[in-house]
Amino acid sequence: MSVNLFKDVAKPIMAGFGITRRRLQQRTSKYKDVTVQYPEQRREQYPRTRWKHALKRYDSGLEKCIGCSLCAGACPARCIYVEAAENTDGERYSAGERYAVRYEINMIRCIFCGYCQDACPTGAIVLEKDFELANYKRESFIYTKEMLLDPMPK
Amino acid sequence: MPKRVETIILHDSSTPVIGDTQKGGNVVITSLDFLLNQARANSLWPLTFGLACCAIEMMSTVASRFDLARFGSEAFRATPRQADVMIIAGRLSKKMAPVLRQIYDQMPEPKWVISMGACASSGGVYNNYAIVQGADQVVPVDVYVPGCPPSPDALIYGVMKLQEKVKRRRFNEIIELTPRTIEEVTV
Repeated sequence: MSVNLFKDVAKPIMAGFGITRRRLQQRTSKYKDVTVQYPEQRREQYPRTRWKHALKRYDSGLEKCIGCSLCAGACPARCIYVEAAENTDGERYSAGERYAVRYEINMIRCIFCGYCQDACPTGAIVLEKDFELANYKRESFIYTKEMLLDPMPK
Repeated sequence: MPKRVETIILHDSSTPVIGDTQKGGNVVITSLDFLLNQARANSLWPLTFGLACCAIEMMSTVASRFDLARFGSEAFRATPRQADVMIIAGRLSKKMAPVLRQIYDQMPEPKWVISMGACASSGGVYNNYAIVQGADQVVPVDVYVPGCPPSPDALIYGVMKLQEKVKRRRFNEIIELTPRTIEEVTV
């Protein structure tokens, strides 16, 4: 078995580099740059992407969460803790009878399945698209109600 | 009925996070610090430690769409002797824990650990007899990346967080590696 230096070695190499050259020329038109330059440029998240939770408010500023703990019951990772308290006429937080006085999510245990969103009867908890959650300490992953709740509408 | 009690000695993270303010130091030492830290932070060679589905996202992070090579971390090493950062990708079973610890011990200093995903960081949904509830019971973890699995962007954010931490490291800082044990007591 003899190896022809041109036919078996040089020609395949040239053919291979030919593809590279063609792709480089067509890069701007047919083949766009595939790499997302992440910190400067972000890719568009898919519409059903689920990341960090947010507790929503009504337009009036009242919290949607009524402290029913259905989200905690639906959570497969058991990462949600809800403590409810009664609304009074003097201090009214939510539209229902009760409100969540403590609402904590262990973000490091959460698997972002969205079952809490499905279970919520008032649509109070919504998983949004903020994925930048990495941190140094375990303790910083307990997200409290203050961290999750949307700001008051203007 | 015999009851199994597990005492877990928790520990702090290996390299402490120091604030942005650099305290006064020698000009030579601080510039050497800066050089060393830049070199270390921009060539973090990860160790392939894919344990589950998170490994797929880890592979995707290195591929052309997200391209971890932009951060100098493209060289995934299959040997701990050449790696700087261990990315624990996936749920860590109790059977795998001694292996993880041994591989961590074989890595040369300075070394860092990224705990990727809910399972590696805390056990996630697998709160059962087989899974270690957090890789930090076995090795000191520097950066936790939540998600199930974390998308490549989220992992890249974790790597950026680690780079920030590496850049803040001091030259003469002594890292105390206290022994970390999992005691199992049968009553």
